[in-house]
Amino acid sequence: MQLKNKFDQTAFWRVVLLLLVVVVLVISCQREDTPGDAPAANAPAEEGQAVALGADADAIIAARGLTPDDVAAALKTFTPTGKHDEYIMFASGGHSGQVYVIGLPSMRILKTIAVFTPEPWQGWGYGAVDTMEVLNEGDINGHDVLWGDTHHPALSETGGDYDGQYLFINDKANARLAVIDLRDFETKQIVKNPIAISDHGGSMVTPDTDWIIEGGQYAAPLGWEYSSLENYAEDYRGMVTFWKFDRENGRLLPDQSFAMEMPPYWQDLCDAGKLVSDGWVFCNSFNTEMATGGVEDGNPPFESGASQRDMDYMHIINLDKAAEVAAAGNTMDVNGFPVISLETAVAENLLYFAPEPKSPHGVDVTPGGEYMVVSGKLDPHVTVYSFQKIQDTIAAGNFETDDYGVPVLDFDSVIEAQVELGLGPLHTQFDNKGYAYTSLFLDSAVARWSLGGPYADLNDDPDWSLVSKTSVHYNVGHISAAEGDTVSPDGNYLVSLNKWAIDRFANVGPLLPQNFQLLDIAGTGTNMPLLYDMPLPDGEPHYAQIIKADKLSPWEVYPEVGWNPHTQSKDPNAVMPGEERIERDGNTVEIWMTAVRSHFTPEHVEIKQGDHVIWHITNVERAYDATHGFSIPVYNINLSIEPGEATTFEFDATDDGVFSFYCTEFCSALHLEMTGYMLIEPKQ
Amino acid sequence: MSIFKNFVGPRVPANSPESVRMQYRLPTLLFSAAAVVLLVSIFLPYWQMTLHAPQYPGGLEVVVYVNELTGDVAEIDGLNHYIGMRPLGEAAQLERSASILAIGVLCLLILAAVFVHTKWVVLFTLPAVLMPFLFLADMYLWMRHFGLNLDPTAPLSSAIKPFVPPILGEGVVGQFKTVAEFRVGLYLAFLTAVLILIGLYTHRRAFKPLVEKESNQ
Repeated sequence: MQLKNKFDQTAFWRVVLLLLVVVVLVISCQREDTPGDAPAANAPAEEGQAVALGADADAIIAARGLTPDDVAAALKTFTPTGKHDEYIMFASGGHSGQVYVIGLPSMRILKTIAVFTPEPWQGWGYGAVDTMEVLNEGDINGHDVLWGDTHHPALSETGGDYDGQYLFINDKANARLAVIDLRDFETKQIVKNPIAISDHGGSMVTPDTDWIIEGGQYAAPLGWEYSSLENYAEDYRGMVTFWKFDRENGRLLPDQSFAMEMPPYWQDLCDAGKLVSDGWVFCNSFNTEMATGGVEDGNPPFESGASQRDMDYMHIINLDKAAEVAAAGNTMDVNGFPVISLETAVAENLLYFAPEPKSPHGVDVTPGGEYMVVSGKLDPHVTVYSFQKIQDTIAAGNFETDDYGVPVLDFDSVIEAQVELGLGPLHTQFDNKGYAYTSLFLDSAVARWSLGGPYADLNDDPDWSLVSKTSVHYNVGHISAAEGDTVSPDGNYLVSLNKWAIDRFANVGPLLPQNFQLLDIAGTGTNMPLLYDMPLPDGEPHYAQIIKADKLSPWEVYPEVGWNPHTQSKDPNAVMPGEERIERDGNTVEIWMTAVRSHFTPEHVEIKQGDHVIWHITNVERAYDATHGFSIPVYNINLSIEPGEATTFEFDATDDGVFSFYCTEFCSALHLEMTGYMLIEPKQ
Repeated sequence: MSIFKNFVGPRVPANSPESVRMQYRLPTLLFSAAAVVLLVSIFLPYWQMTLHAPQYPGGLEVVVYVNELTGDVAEIDGLNHYIGMRPLGEAAQLERSASILAIGVLCLLILAAVFVHTKWVVLFTLPAVLMPFLFLADMYLWMRHFGLNLDPTAPLSSAIKPFVPPILGEGVVGQFKTVAEFRVGLYLAFLTAVLILIGLYTHRRAFKPLVEKESNQ
């Protein structure tokens, strides 16, 4: 009895001890999650309770003279205060050289992303070394080129679907390509095309963003050489460049990239194949006439000289094979860049042509990759090519060739359909209901038309036929549908990027804004109403891409204090509070400064005329939106230092005097006091 | 030896029937549970203050554990410098650094109390009963000390007068509404006190007759 009791007691304590240990372990493991509950999001007002249009609403509708369609459009686009947009559109900024970020369906502009052009709000190009380095990457032969004509933004893709990680944008005027990191919406890299002066057919990505495509446009001697226009056919060339992308580091890799020499037709716009056509690239072209203009000498101007032939050539490029040929070193060197010669391209079966009517603009691949849609521009049709038929025709062999020996596939063997849409068809996007949408420049309309093949059953309309048109205002160029060029379009919204606005807005003088118009394409058949006009008064955007907002996950503040946005890592010159200092080494003065609401440390910076000044500032804030600006008059210094960011600028203290520096981004109640004195003592 | 024996009191008679053994085990179980609960509480937040202001839609919070402060401490310190309040981390440094050891000692004392069958058991358990009240009192004094001793040269010293935020419930400082609340750790500390008090009751009920019986012998 005694023994058994003792045993019981020991066992009892063991159990207690064990339980204690287990409880402590379990609790301690969960501890990370315990502090504070996440603040509840704005609670939706009375779910499921329909709001009837009351007498107040009726009075407003009557007073403003709204039609029922107006009211429906308002209800579809109005985004109540504090609510976020469902989609984000990245629009090229045209000759502003920037990219615009716009919310849909509200059509509110959310941000400008500075790319090729200095931009003061973001401190882009006003002293901050990392921004100057990126802009300087775009220098050409020692020229600072501080604008761009941004044309075609391309979101990075994984498996042919937008992944929300990067955005690429080309500069048509100077054949440059930029990389924007969508963690902080900042430009990280600019590359200058080593062989072309200008481009147009960029940027497009392959389905896993392995390659960024930059097509040319206006033919010229490759490598920025000189040759008389009399030698156009011999010396002038088109090109398509394939930039290798390092997703890990967010950089294009020029030393792993290559280009292909093309005949001097004007390669225009490209699109990467996807799914069944993955590994191939398609580009339209015009001016296969090889017109060289010269209206002043009695020659036909380009506009007619380049429009004589009924057919131009869709370029069909076997990219996978071309990459192998380039990797094997079977290239020529142009300006230090590997280029697959036209001769090699033909010999290695990398390039084929298919006739396309007539001076077309744009080639767009259907979501499944089965068809390539080419818009006639000067021909009222879209011409639909079958990838399978292209492959079969290539396999059958026995081609005619063009003047440069490139195989030309028989038109009738490769087309799937031609659909007459109207005048001036330009660009095509897709939805999830078996429809394609094509802009009609001359008709000033967006056409909805039905696809066939695997898409036939997705709607009730007959295959390959025009379904409806919605008028837009005016002169539409590109259109962009929600994820409308991916393998899985959403079929929700379409934005018509209109070149002219004419009477759509109040008159603001002879230079008018662009007009972005939002269309609702969620319906079927003829139901495709226009919802909203948005003026864009800054450059002339060309193309845009629309991504579901929840695919983007940008940082709220930089990941840690002292972050260098250019390297996306901690900056070696970051300083924490208490480490601020000024050091002099000969004529070089180096300053390590912190910024926090509402002061800079140090507030007095004393230097001597003739000093070289290296100045580091770390914004040590962790609060969302606690950005500080920093400016020094006269020296053209203006920075934006976002929470956690560390930045550096340098200048030579040529002018003596007293300079007040201050925070340019209103940060707090004591923002005006966030200032300091830089005293430059005159040289003795 | 006899002093020690007088102190710890009589042992449970080895031949007592199973039916009465439960009343001797009950205080042991309750004290053990109290010790475990108190030990667990050191991993959990004791107190929290949330600050609400228009420009902080998600609010700012400072969460107090026995040994540390977490949450938006840096941001709150940044704001507090406008009114001249010292950084929160400077408060109760000694208490926080000693807290884990002190609570460990409290738990050991509670466990030791299991072996004391005389009224001296109170000495071993009372500190743990007082612990949550000491925690609150200490925190209140620090908050009072910080709130009443603002730097008179601070930018907003003329707008924000010295104040003591409530330790529980709502208060107002500048544009901020403060909401202070007890968190699970503190409730566990209170539970420890309750378990100990019940344990003491059952303890005296079980052992007092034994003690009296022994002293009568």
